[in-house]
Amino acid sequence: MPGMAAILRLAALALLLAFLLTPQSFAPLFAPLTQYGAPPIYDQGNLLTLALAHLGTVCCAAAASTLVAVGLGILVTRPSGAQFLPLSRTLVNIGQTFPPVAVLAVTVPLVGFGEKPTLIALFAYGLLPIFENTIVGLQTCPAAVLEAASGMGMSARQRLLSVELPLALPLILEGIRLSLVINVGTATIGSTVAAKGLGEVIIAGLLSNNNAFILQGGLVTGLMAILLYDALAGLERRICRTAHLD
Amino acid sequence: MISLENLTKQYGATAVVDGVSMVIERNSITVIVGTSGSGKSTLLRMINRLVEPTRGRVLIDGADTTGEPAHLLRRRIGYVIQGYGLFPHRTVAENIATVPRLLGWDEARIRIRVAGLLSVFQLDPGAYAHAFPHQLSGGQQQRVGVARALAAEPAVLLMDEPFGALDPIIRAKAQDDLLDIQRRFGTTILLVTHDMDEAFRLGDRVAVMSHGRLLQYDRPAVLLTRPADPFVSRMTGISDRAMRLLSLTTAGEAALPGASDGPAVAASASLREVLSELMWCGAESAAVMDADGTRRGRLTIAAILARGRPG
Amino acid sequence: MALTVPRLRRLDPLGALLAVAGATAVMFLPFVIFKSNRVVPGDPRGLLEVLPAWAAFACQASLLLAATAALGVSNARVRLGAALLGVTVVALAVAAAGDALTPAGNKVVRVAPGAGVWVLLVCLGLLATDAITRMRPGPGRRVLFLAVFTAAAGLALAHGTFDHLSVMREYAVNADRFAREARQHLWLALGSLAAAVVVALPIGILCHRVPRLRAGVLGTLNVIQTIPSIALFGILMAPLGALAGAVPLAAALGIRGIGAAPAAVALFLYSLLPIAANTVAGLKRVPRAAVEAARGMGMTNWQVLTGVELLLALPVILTGIRIVLVQNIGMVTVAALIGGGGLGTFVFQGIGQTAIDLVLLGAIPIVALAFSAAVVLDALVEVMDRARQ
Ligand SMILES: Nc1ncnc2c1ncn2[C@@H]1O[C@H](COP(=O)(O)OP(=O)(O)O)[C@@H](O)[C@H]1O
Ligand SMILES: [Mg+2]
Repeated sequence: MPGMAAILRLAALALLLAFLLTPQSFAPLFAPLTQYGAPPIYDQGNLLTLALAHLGTVCCAAAASTLVAVGLGILVTRPSGAQFLPLSRTLVNIGQTFPPVAVLAVTVPLVGFGEKPTLIALFAYGLLPIFENTIVGLQTCPAAVLEAASGMGMSARQRLLSVELPLALPLILEGIRLSLVINVGTATIGSTVAAKGLGEVIIAGLLSNNNAFILQGGLVTGLMAILLYDALAGLERRICRTAHLD
Repeated sequence: MISLENLTKQYGATAVVDGVSMVIERNSITVIVGTSGSGKSTLLRMINRLVEPTRGRVLIDGADTTGEPAHLLRRRIGYVIQGYGLFPHRTVAENIATVPRLLGWDEARIRIRVAGLLSVFQLDPGAYAHAFPHQLSGGQQQRVGVARALAAEPAVLLMDEPFGALDPIIRAKAQDDLLDIQRRFGTTILLVTHDMDEAFRLGDRVAVMSHGRLLQYDRPAVLLTRPADPFVSRMTGISDRAMRLLSLTTAGEAALPGASDGPAVAASASLREVLSELMWCGAESAAVMDADGTRRGRLTIAAILARGRPG
Repeated sequence: MALTVPRLRRLDPLGALLAVAGATAVMFLPFVIFKSNRVVPGDPRGLLEVLPAWAAFACQASLLLAATAALGVSNARVRLGAALLGVTVVALAVAAAGDALTPAGNKVVRVAPGAGVWVLLVCLGLLATDAITRMRPGPGRRVLFLAVFTAAAGLALAHGTFDHLSVMREYAVNADRFAREARQHLWLALGSLAAAVVVALPIGILCHRVPRLRAGVLGTLNVIQTIPSIALFGILMAPLGALAGAVPLAAALGIRGIGAAPAAVALFLYSLLPIAANTVAGLKRVPRAAVEAARGMGMTNWQVLTGVELLLALPVILTGIRIVLVQNIGMVTVAALIGGGGLGTFVFQGIGQTAIDLVLLGAIPIVALAFSAAVVLDALVEVMDRARQ
């Protein structure tokens, strides 16, 4: 039912935008959750600004991790870097057992409070899924295709750019999507170390015992994560379709 | 004896098996042939109730098969499928012991039975009992599949394209083995194939199906000489039907009294093979010899050719 | 005339990288950080400043040995041995530095490993990891490695080797709470996993049997996964709080808006997808012919499910359980933010007080737990997979 999905998607987007642009109009909805006349809508900052800052942090970190992870992935799948491949795989596996919160917590003391530890933690944690998917994507290119490409006289570089990377693209995109979605959540926790973002709203709610804030922060981040996931999945499908990769 | 009475299976509005009635004799091999999608597998699977008929019934030795729970019925009927479906997580011995275990045989009896079957199927128990299926060749897997189906001494064995995955040489061997097994255990075998040569080679009787209907059910020679339907003659092969007919009769059956100075042929050879031999040697007649070397009689080209004509 | 010149062995590129990084760390980065109390900024001390000359020399000699092995030895066992020797020596040197810098009976000064130690440990760890990877140990050996390492670390901790280091100082202050929060951490991670297995396994089986349900059910579970953990914890607080308010029995059972209940529920919800999806994937992998044969031989539906399908799907299902366990151990950390307890309590308290030692007191055991869980379950999956090809 693609029609149904599209309607849901649009509704979620509309709801998110409406809330971020005119939060006060939702006050009656949240009022029952507050006690002793506490404000029903987050009032210690502009929600839209926070959401954009949140998204900005996540996207910056993701762009950096994509560049590095894809680069490294290409490196270790070339003959010259092949000896690093087993170690890279092991490191990817070990790295994935590190909880993102732990990465964040350990970064703070190194670089201080603010955006920096969040950016670094998001960058570091975002590397793993992209790196792994790049490796898998590049390594699972059908041998016959590679053979044919070389047989037609492509140089190693041409083969990489016009055959291997395009074939690995769906998996690489999937890695980016996974890493982005994890990062939207981790960035929320970044607010505990004073990074600007939607976590502020939730933390404020936790501190002042205001369920309305918690719910707002949670719903906005949740919606953002879902929409981002959905949008990227759609992009992946479109790219795969236009490139006839299935 | 298995009787199918007006057996029908419909999926939606289409009848994939359409009013099939037939009687399968005890201690015989009956082969069902037909093009792919003609409903052969569905018909077979209605006998062990993996598919429940829409209409009609199945009687085994006069008793309606719906009289007992389906899984108990299936434990009495052997079943071999294309690809064999051996359990990859169990050893050969455990695979073969599946139904005896389900039936609650005691371990000692199971062990004896498994060892017996392994040697019947030319699988050295020492080497293969504890092997896993993926360690066996295709032909060995096929034999384990049949051994597993026969483990609980079923009176009836259903086989759905059991040789489909084998190469021609192994397949011929497996077919010979099946004939041997059938003679040894006296099992009633119902076998599905889309290969006419296989049907003629194995079947005491052959049933031809098309679009869910049973077109003809008879001895192979009758199918060749008196096809009930143009489809049957297409299936049996018009261009070489004479040769097929010759291949159904052995030299021993057709031998005439008298001596010949032509080449010696075995009594078990088919007339088709004798004719080919005579043409090759440029001889007019052959001497038919029994397995023990005694002379059975002779065959002339003219006598063989006469056997290749209908009627 | 043939000249026999000993061929210069090619330098190991990874070894070269690690040796250079390690040497830089030894020469330019502080070995330990000394603080006269918990909150003042620390001042860095080099290896030679804190240890007697012979000890500093022995430490550097061992590190040189490790560097030589990294550069020129290709035998993986030797490389592993050298790396482990290096790790042991560095750990002992840090401990000794702690002892040396702490006046007897003083409980105020803090001695923490400096950046140099961390870089050295990372380099040696990479060397060891690379060696182990090259040795391709089987599942049993990997678990054995882990057990030996854990036992050695446990013995050293129990013996009090590291008692003068700042993390252990934090531990000494918080020992009771640490035990309680560690138990709570495990309880939350394992309890939600167990509940998820009980629910997700039947869901997976159902989705396998009824393909029409598959996209919808797995899609819904997937949406839950994309909600950030802190957000889901927060969202669940409201209804659970309301439940506790409205149903006294719920409150009596310990269900509250704040605390472990929303965390447990959220973890449970997160755990559903990997288990259900892997159950479906595992069942899909079961050869159709085997299932058909099993039914054809007269196994009951239950016998086919438990004796053939689930058994053959087990390695894949276990992989899902591994994903969930590792994920849960990490995610429980966040539960501390909503009063759910667990080792995250120390992490967030440490962040709040800018006390890195407290952060580490929480973070190190969390990472160790997640890592051990991954090693053990990976080994289990491999054993099963091997047994059931
Ligand atoms: N469960 C089913 N639902 C719908 N159609 C089926 C089902 N099983 C078989 N069919 C259809 O019935 C026809 C006969 O199938 P089958 O008995 O397997 O043929 P054969 O074994 O002769 O190749 C085929 O067209 C097949 O698509
Ligand atoms: Mg069929």
